[in-house]
This record gives sequence, C-alpha cells and structure tokens, in this order.
Amino acid sequence: MAEPILSVRGLHTSFGGREGLVRAVDGVDFDVFEGRTLGVVGESGCGKSVTARSILGIVDRPGRVTAGQIWLRPADGGAPIDLAALPEPAMRKIRGPEIALVFQEPMASFSQHYTIGNQITEAILLHMRLDKQAARARAIELLDMVGVPQPARRIDEYPFQLSGGLRQRVMIALALACDPRVLIADEPTTALDVTTQAQILDLLRSLQQQRGLAIILITHDMGVIAEMAHDVAVMYLGRAVETGPVDDIFNRPRHPYTRALLRSIPTVMARPRTRLPTIEGSIPHPFNRPRGCSYHPRCVEKIGPVCETHEPPPVGSSDRQVRCFLHGGIPDDAA
Amino acid sequence: MAKANDAERYAVATQMQLTWWRFRRHKLAMVSLFIVALFYLLAVGADFLAVSDPHEGDARTSYIAPQPIHLFDDGSFRPYIYGLKGVRDVKTFKLIYTVDTSRKVYLEFFGHGYRYSFFGIDTDRHLMTLRDPRVTDGIHLLGTDLLGRDLWSRLMVASRVSLTIGLVGVSISLVLGVLLGGISAIRGGWVDNVIQRGIEVVRSLPTIPLWLGLAAALPNDWSVTQIYFAITIIISLLAWTDLARVVRGKFLSLREEEFVMAAELAGASQTRIIFHHMLPSFASHIIAAVSLALPAMIISETSLSFLGLGLRPPAISWGILLQDAQNIQTLALAPWLLLSAVPVILVILAFNFLGDGLRDAADPYG
Amino acid sequence: MIAFVIRRLVMGVFTIWLISVVSFVIIQLPPGDFVDSYIAQLAASGSVISANEAASMRELYGLGQPMYVQYGKWLSRVVTGDFGESMMWRRPVTEVIGDRLWLTLVLSFAALLLTWALALPIGIYSAVRQYSWGDYAFTLLGFIGIAVPNFLLALIIMYFSFRLFGANVGGLFSPAMQMQPWGLAKTWDLMKHLPLPATILALAGTAQLIRIMRANLLDELRKPYVVTARARGLPERRVILKYPVRAALNPFASNIAYLFPYLVSGSIIISIVLGLPTVGPLLVQALVAQDMFLAGTIVLLLGVMTVIGTFISDLVLMWVDPRIRHQMD
Repeated sequence: MAEPILSVRGLHTSFGGREGLVRAVDGVDFDVFEGRTLGVVGESGCGKSVTARSILGIVDRPGRVTAGQIWLRPADGGAPIDLAALPEPAMRKIRGPEIALVFQEPMASFSQHYTIGNQITEAILLHMRLDKQAARARAIELLDMVGVPQPARRIDEYPFQLSGGLRQRVMIALALACDPRVLIADEPTTALDVTTQAQILDLLRSLQQQRGLAIILITHDMGVIAEMAHDVAVMYLGRAVETGPVDDIFNRPRHPYTRALLRSIPTVMARPRTRLPTIEGSIPHPFNRPRGCSYHPRCVEKIGPVCETHEPPPVGSSDRQVRCFLHGGIPDDAA
Repeated sequence: MAKANDAERYAVATQMQLTWWRFRRHKLAMVSLFIVALFYLLAVGADFLAVSDPHEGDARTSYIAPQPIHLFDDGSFRPYIYGLKGVRDVKTFKLIYTVDTSRKVYLEFFGHGYRYSFFGIDTDRHLMTLRDPRVTDGIHLLGTDLLGRDLWSRLMVASRVSLTIGLVGVSISLVLGVLLGGISAIRGGWVDNVIQRGIEVVRSLPTIPLWLGLAAALPNDWSVTQIYFAITIIISLLAWTDLARVVRGKFLSLREEEFVMAAELAGASQTRIIFHHMLPSFASHIIAAVSLALPAMIISETSLSFLGLGLRPPAISWGILLQDAQNIQTLALAPWLLLSAVPVILVILAFNFLGDGLRDAADPYG
Repeated sequence: MIAFVIRRLVMGVFTIWLISVVSFVIIQLPPGDFVDSYIAQLAASGSVISANEAASMRELYGLGQPMYVQYGKWLSRVVTGDFGESMMWRRPVTEVIGDRLWLTLVLSFAALLLTWALALPIGIYSAVRQYSWGDYAFTLLGFIGIAVPNFLLALIIMYFSFRLFGANVGGLFSPAMQMQPWGLAKTWDLMKHLPLPATILALAGTAQLIRIMRANLLDELRKPYVVTARARGLPERRVILKYPVRAALNPFASNIAYLFPYLVSGSIIISIVLGLPTVGPLLVQALVAQDMFLAGTIVLLLGVMTVIGTFISDLVLMWVDPRIRHQMD
C-alpha cells in the first residue's frame, strides 16, 4: 500500500480542568491515505472530536497535546513533518491549504455577522496569491461545485438566510477553499435530516474522487461508516481499540466493543418488534476511568482478572490492529 | 487511592453539591460570604455593640477625634480610655473638650447603658460601658459628630437599617421580577410583548431623577417606619426589571430543554413542571442575581439618603451618616466622618464577590 | 429594517409621553402646592400674603383645576417650547436651566465616550487573557468601580485632593471663567475641568461593561465558528477581533443603550457633591421647594435626552447586527 498522507502515532491530549486532569485522547494511532476515507467511530465523549482538533493544533485551553506525533507527508514528496511539534505560524499555513475541517453544526460554524462570501474569500486571500476579484470568482466557483444554486447571488447572503443542507454545502466549500489534501469531517451529517444527509455524503464522495482527498470522517453512526469509509478506527475512552479495513471490521470484528457496536445497528433483516441489542452499562465518567482495560466493566467477553489490572497493548500489524487480551498481548506477570 | 475516591465523589455528586464545591474553591467568594455574614450579625447585635445612645449626644463634645482603647494598665489587662476635660478657648471663650491624659476611665464589660429592645426583650446591657464616667466622658472609637453623638454606635445602628432595607427591597423586586418575568415567558404573545415593552420603558428612564421626585413627594409628617417602607418600595419599583429579564430568559431557554419536554410528555401539569423541574434548575441563578441586586439596593438607599431625599433623621442609615460628611469644610475639621464609607464599600464589594462566585459556581459553563 | 426603526421611534415617543405624565404626577403627589410652601416661606421671613393674592397665584398657575387640565395646560405650552415659569426663581424655567442642561449632556456624553474607550479594549484583553495577572488586576479594579458608589468616590477624591494639594477639584469652570460669555477660552477651561468628573462618572459603568464584554466574549470564544475560523489558518488576533469580538459587540451595544440613562442619573448625584453647574443641584432644590414647573421640566428634559440617547444606541446596534438589518417584515 502507498505511504499514508497523515499518520497519527501515540497521540495524547489532556485537559487540566479544575476538577482534575482529563485524558481526552489517550494513545491514538491511525493512518490516512490519499483518496481514501478513514472512519473514526465511537460513542459521544470518546475523544473523536478532540483527536480532530489535536491534528489541527486548535485544542481549546486548558487542553493540549501532551505526547505523540502527527506526521504529514508534504505534497512535494519530502520527508514527513510532525505537526505536533510545528510552531504556531508554520501550523497556520497547514490549516486550510493542507488540512481543513467541516463541523457538525453548520449554523454555529459560521459567524452570523458576515456574508458567506466574506468568510470564504477571507481564507482564499490569506493562503493563495489571488486578488479580491479572483478570490470572489473562486468562491462562486466553489459554491457551484458543492451544488449551491445561484452561487453568484448566494455569495452575498448571510448564513442565517440559508437552509441547513445548504449551509453544510457552503461549509464544505469553505473547507475546500484552499485545496486541502486532508479533510476532517466531524459529524458532518448529524444535524441534518436523512435525505440531506445522503446528499452531503454523496457530495463528499464525489469530491474525494475528483480531487483525491483524504477524508477523516468522524461519526457515531455505523451506518455512515459502512457507506463512506475505506478504513475504520474504533475509539473508546480516548483510545483507538481497533483499526482495520472497513470490510474486515464489519465482517470479522475482533474487539468486543466493536462487536457490541455492530450488534446495536438496526437492520432491515431483523425480525420486527424485537429489541435492538444495546451495550450494557454506560460510558464511565472521564474522571473515573477504570483501571486495566477501560472497557472491562461493560465487556461481555472479559477473560479474567488481567482485564481489570493491565492495559491491553496493540496487537497485529499497523493496518489491522486491536487492543484486547482475547487476541494476545497478555503480560507474563499476569498470566 | 485518594484520587480515585475523589473522582468517584464527583461522578455521583448532585447539582447542588457540585455548586457548593465549586463555590468553596472561590477563596474570595468564601471570604466575602464571611464578611456579609459578619455584617448581618453586627446588624442584629447593633444595640448591644453600641457604646452609647446613637440618637443622643452632648453638643459640648462635638467633633471629638477617634479615641483608642488602652488595653493594659500597669502591666495587667485593664482596658481604659482617657477622660475629656473642658478647656476655655482664650480668644472665643468657648468651652472646648479635649483629651485629658491624666485621668483614666476604665471599661466595663456587659455593663448597663441606654435601654433597647432585643427581639422583644427589654434590656440595657452593652458590650462595653464606662465605670464611673463623667457626663462628658464616652467611648468614641470612631469619634463623634457635630452633635457629639458617637459615630461607632451610630454606625452599628445604621448598618441594621441599610442592610435590611436592601433585603426588603430585594424581596419586593424578586417577587415582582419572578412574577412578571415568569408570566411573560409562560403566557407569551401580547402579554409577553406588553411586559417586555414595559421593562424597556422602565429601563430607559433615568432612575435617579424619578427616585428623587418620588422620594421628595413623600409627606413630611410620615413616621420613620413609613418613610423606610416607602423608600424601599420606591427603590424596588425600578430595580425589578433586571431580575424579570433573568427569569424570563431562563424560563424561555429551559422550555426548550429536553427534560422539560420529557416532563410535558409524561403528563406533568404546568405548575409541576415550573416548580418541580424548572425552578430548581435556575434557583442558583436567581440566588446569584439577588446577591448582585442587593448591593445596588444598598447604594440606592445610601445615595437617596445622602441627598437628603431618602430616609430622614432621626432615622440612622449609612447615607444619613455620610450626609454629615458632605462638605469639604466639615471633612477638614472631622475627617473621621468619612469612615462611614468603609462599611458601605466593604459590604458592596463583598456582595459583588459573593454574587460572582455564586454565579460562576452555579453555571460553570456560562 | 424600516419597521425596526419605526418601532423604536414609536417606543421612544411613548416613553417620552410616559415620562411627562410620571414627572407631572410625581410633582403633584405631595400634599399642598407651591403656593402653600410659598406662603410658608414668606411667613418665615416675616411677610404675609393675603388670601386674595394666594387665590390669584393659584389661578395663574392653574393650581385649582383638575389634574388633567393642569397637565394639558402644561403640555400644550411645553410643545411650543414654553416650559412655564419657575415659581422659586420667578423667572422662565428655560432661563433658570440655561446652560445647565447641555452641560449635563456634555458631562454624560464625555463619560459615555470614556466608558466605551476603556471598556472595549480592557474587556477583550480580560477575556482573551482569562486568569492572567492583567485580568485579575482589571477585575479587581472593576469590582472597586462597582462597589464604590460614584458620589462616595467623588467625596473621597475631593477630600484627598483637598488634603494633599489644598485644591478644590469641584466645578466645571475656574472661578474667573464662570461668568464669562462663551468663547474659546471658556471652552478650553471646560475641557480642562471635564476629565475628573467624567472619569468618576464613567468608572462604575466601565466596570460593568468590562464584565459584560468579558463574559460575552468568553461565551463567544467557545463557539464552533471560532474553531472553524482557526481551522482556516487565520492568525489568532484576526480570528478573535473579526469574529467573536464582533458577536460580543451586540450585547455590549445594547447595554450602552441602558448606560446613558444611568450616566445621566449618576451625573445628578456627583454634580451635587462636586458642585457642578448641571441640572442636578437645581433638580434637588426644585424638588425640595416643590417648584413643579422647574422640577417637571428638568425630569422631562432628562427623560427626553435619555430616550434620544437610547434611540441612537439602538441605531448603532442595528448597524452592528446584520440579523436585525435583514428583518424585512
């Protein structure tokens, strides 16, 4: 397989809140490839969004990346650079032209005080060598590309004058303004209705095909993953517990948590009026992270006391990895 | 394992406990709570702490500078003050009273002074009195005013008036604010419109001229108590709008909350939803708003009385005490009269810190 | 947009009308009327007024007639610019008020400008550098500004400047300039005297606005659009000044609207302490003497001024917030 465009290794992000230290991201590894979509899936609060912000280096205070590397392979094929160690001014040249972000709430992601044209051209003027006219022309072109009708008129409208689906299209245009190579889509369809959802996902897919975009799609929805992702990283309490190609994850899930997630998807094949299986228990409070494997209190396949005392190490190759003692990695002193 | 226990504690704490824990961490707010409590305690025990009758003075001993209490006499604990002696001014032949260091007057604890009523108990016990004083002797910790009245004693009694006027005023504002704000949010439609426009109109009025006008309109022959309540009502009449806005805003945002919807779907009655589900979740906001409204009330009363249009003598309040310090000539002669400003500033500051701490604690994300 | 302006205008007119009624009623509330207190005043100085004279005085001012007639008489004359005669000074009210009204306006407006100029940058600084030493220092200063009523502040400053410099800091003019006609020299003299009272007056409002700006901006800084702006690679300064600050200006601007009445109110009290030639001291005198035309006119004019000030800040608010501008209904 080709070299990944972005690889995240041992990423740790913590929030030093007043009530104690919260390790929101606690050791995440994954790779993102050109023209492919990595689906990052997990329940809310598992650190998906913080991972996205860590990659862009825009974690809100008091949070900060405490360890790990984020390797970005430059477009010219040079040696990868570690974004986690990049100083802020250099990082600003990454955000937008290299990595862009689409957010879950299209309404809140825009400032209501400026026209959408203003907000799109701002990024173009900042990162590309274009004058105002050319930037405006490019913005109209982008709006047209993401399927906004009458882009020349819409460009002077304010975000509150657009419908939800249109807003998310404009959001995508905004993210693509400076031709990024990696697009992070953080729950891009969660706030939309089902038909609009499908349209937005179609748009993302066709944009990916046209431009060879690498997409990190963050979602809690296994259905969206099945439809969009090539590779999957399953996150639980700040860790990627299982990674692998989408078919493998769906057909041969190895981590008990992944299995539980898959069981809880409603399917058309299911017998009507039967209860959908749910995952026992609830996500522990971040201050109250269980010792050992953090999933053990909810795990139905727990193999013994080792789960309660030791953290399972990653097992397998870099493209198919799992953190569970079911698949080995039991330390000698616990055996 | 202490850390894990801590974490456990936070995970299972109720909203109220969390609020209290967060509040406790606010050092300044805790200190302020202590100061506010202390002042209300002083207000309750004002007469007991007063050393002489706050209403009566001996004009011969006007403008006596603050007198320190000497704690030790001949190496043993025996608090005393120096007596006063009359000296005839050579030019004007006026009798001027000055400190007589040759004569010690000893202090007595829990002795007898002027009579007062403490929650219905008629008594004349005071914390400090003098043993065998002459008529013109007195403990003047903070000096005396033009009429020879003891400033410390007046300050104690004034605290009671000024602090309670704030409480009573805030209660009236609170009732008005919660009622009108609540009705406005619940009824909506034209009722909401009328109340909101009303609030806007009241808020765009210049308050002080109106207060002045209303206060000036109070009949001269009213008793101290009548004036007191009238002033309280005048102040709260224009102060309820902020509380009404807070209540309405909270009501409206809570109405959109899922748990209110859930309660509605579960068939809970409107009153039950309001009192059982909504009120508890913004009670802490109201407490914070109240503790921020209180100092404004106190400032209002003080300002009105200071201008001579609020409480009137023989009532004693902070504003009335400060009225004596109004002109620069008096201040040059008796700068200690400005000491009345200290409790005003202290209490208002404490209330502000307290309110801020409460608000932060109640709403960590807001 | 036009609907918004018209609604505000109607509200303003209604408020002015309400102020006129309220001020008139207030002045009418005390038992007895001006003639009573005038007679009492004359009696105190030894002269006596006959019952006939009293009756003709009452007739002159319409004092014997029903309230609404008196109000109507007053209002119809007010509309033509005739505010009646001050019974205390026995001169037309406009003459008695003279420069005082616009000096009040100058003082309040200076304080308003000062409040803006101080609160905006400090508020932004405090929010962006939350919990820094500077933030703590400004917060403390702000608390003191709120906690010390401005008349007390005026009093304390008066006292210390008297003790330390032996100077009287009161007034808006030097004694020599007081009686001079208006000219460049007098205006310059006013400019030299204005900063101190304006600062005293502005302090409490500034403290409040800093808190409002800080809180709003802290709210705005947490919103997703700030994240997306950062994700576009904008420099931090630009992210903050262009987006959240702009959004936080909204509540800030609407608070300015309520600041003006507050400043006008405050100017009355500090004018009395500092002996400033504004309408403040005059109003208190008029109220004590129950000089209804004078007091009523002052309250009315102050009210009109604040309503106009509020209307102007509403227009500013509209200019700041596109959501209001685009409400076409």
